[in-house]
Amino acid sequence: MRSAPDDVTETLASLAIFADLSRPELERVAHTLEERYFAQDERVLREGLSGSAFYIILEGEAAVIAGGQRVNTLGRGEFFGEISVLLGETPVADIVATRPLRCLVLPGKLLQEFLQTNPRVCYRILVAEARKLANVTRRSA
Amino acid sequence: MISADEGAGGMFRRWPFFQRLLSWTKPYAPFERGSREYERYDWNSLLAEDQKDRALMTTIMDGTSYYPSRPEMERNLATFAEHAGLAVRYGCRWTATRRDGERWVLETTDGEYRCQVPIFAVGVAEPWRPQMPGIEDVPHYANTRPAESYAGKRVFIIGKENSGFELATGFLQWAKLIVLASPSPAKLSINTRTLVGVRARYVQPYEDHVLAGGVIVLDASIEHIDRAGAAFRVHTRKADAQSDLVFEVDDVIAATGFTSPIRDLPKLGVATVGRNKLPAQTPFWESATVPGVYFGGTIHQASPGLRKHGIPSNSGGVNGHRYNGRILARNIAAKHFGVKPERPVVPRAEVVSYVLAEVTNAPELWHQKAYLARVLLRDEKRGVVDDGILPLQSFVDGGGPDAVAVSLEEDAAGDIYPVLYTRRAGLIAEETLPPHPLHDFRTREHERAVVAALEGLLL
Repeated sequence: MRSAPDDVTETLASLAIFADLSRPELERVAHTLEERYFAQDERVLREGLSGSAFYIILEGEAAVIAGGQRVNTLGRGEFFGEISVLLGETPVADIVATRPLRCLVLPGKLLQEFLQTNPRVCYRILVAEARKLANVTRRSA
Repeated sequence: MISADEGAGGMFRRWPFFQRLLSWTKPYAPFERGSREYERYDWNSLLAEDQKDRALMTTIMDGTSYYPSRPEMERNLATFAEHAGLAVRYGCRWTATRRDGERWVLETTDGEYRCQVPIFAVGVAEPWRPQMPGIEDVPHYANTRPAESYAGKRVFIIGKENSGFELATGFLQWAKLIVLASPSPAKLSINTRTLVGVRARYVQPYEDHVLAGGVIVLDASIEHIDRAGAAFRVHTRKADAQSDLVFEVDDVIAATGFTSPIRDLPKLGVATVGRNKLPAQTPFWESATVPGVYFGGTIHQASPGLRKHGIPSNSGGVNGHRYNGRILARNIAAKHFGVKPERPVVPRAEVVSYVLAEVTNAPELWHQKAYLARVLLRDEKRGVVDDGILPLQSFVDGGGPDAVAVSLEEDAAGDIYPVLYTRRAGLIAEETLPPHPLHDFRTREHERAVVAALEGLLL
């Protein structure tokens, strides 16, 4: 992974959470989100620090580290940061790039409006959250 | 230093098109011109060690506006270069780059230059267009004709950021119809409470749009652009209504932004980021993928820092990157040439007042909120040591001795307040201090908060 993709809209179209959007809707989303690059081992989210954001992984891989333990690995199409933004709390884990990572970022203060403007994306995110919750419940059962 | 230009001035030799900058300099401010504190009110002067070269812009502006004109800014930079005795080879264009052992070789129109550490400060002023059918026939902002040549014309501007609104403002008294279009809604700086969005100076076209006065601000994607004889036909599609609108206009202008002419650096492994493909950088403005390659000036905007609450740095402007540049020089001197920076001792009895004076008046913290921080270290032998102004991200993520980093931040509600980041045994904690209506944090309440945060650390 070296350079930014020529057309973020095309990349978005291939991600599950944006699968229901039309081309103009994808373009609007692409204009709303900002792309960020994180080098390997760079921290993306920091446990306990305020002012976080919502991230969607375009390329690369990140580790979820809570209490010093790696508890999950995130890859292309997955997202993070929404919990702290929606609850208005600081992140409960560090997110660290384990390989060069390219993400789309939405500032926390814009997430509510973004979800309300894009209900089909909101639905896809809800489904993904439900899946995460089911997996956690299964593991802890 | 080499430059492709024929003289000092950079992009201000050509732009902004309508001749006035968006960055201001207040000749009359609460602090004396040339003082460090005054820099908060002067966004345009470069930083000088020599007192006579400070606040240079105030000596150049003619008093008609607190926004300098383009020629005034050009003169500001040229005067600084002359006074500081900068050795610049002008008219020398960098064409290619390669490694030669431990050194870098820059091929130029004037022969080869070798160096241990290259810093590419080539600006973000090369016209950039998105991929769009038909856009190849559309002039860029950079090729806009004199405003009077748009008299009585229908003008379609692609892009709703500052450059698009700047053109629209300049065309108001000339064009018959102005359409500004892009997929997402226009942001206004007075709403975002940051420099993100269209600045207040360029809001007039938006008001004309609201009042249906010959300006249309449209949230739609541009599907394609056709020639229709001497005119253009612009096909748009709104995201929400799924409806198509076709505009027949006399002129189309792509106000779609700028990129950086980084030439063959991506081939050498320099990763880029974002729509305009700026080089991805570390907190110290080194390429994130090619160690030893550094960047200077407005390219620093691609090193975003923590971006807390979504608020960006001001590194895309002189008022922000001038402070980054000072840190960059210090970092390169230490890392590549073994020159250790001065780290004066701060008497323990003065730590609290020093911290509060910094968050009240330090221009670095005011111009680069949540991006740069004043760092104080605990040194077992010397006591409390001032480590200078540093990137906040480097402090939070970098590790090191027990210390505090002091920054100013702004939350989503627009409140500005000091934040202390304490590092104890490698663990970072964030202590938020209350805002103050006059932004003067030298109060008893703030003193108590600083003492509580630093007790057992520096006090």
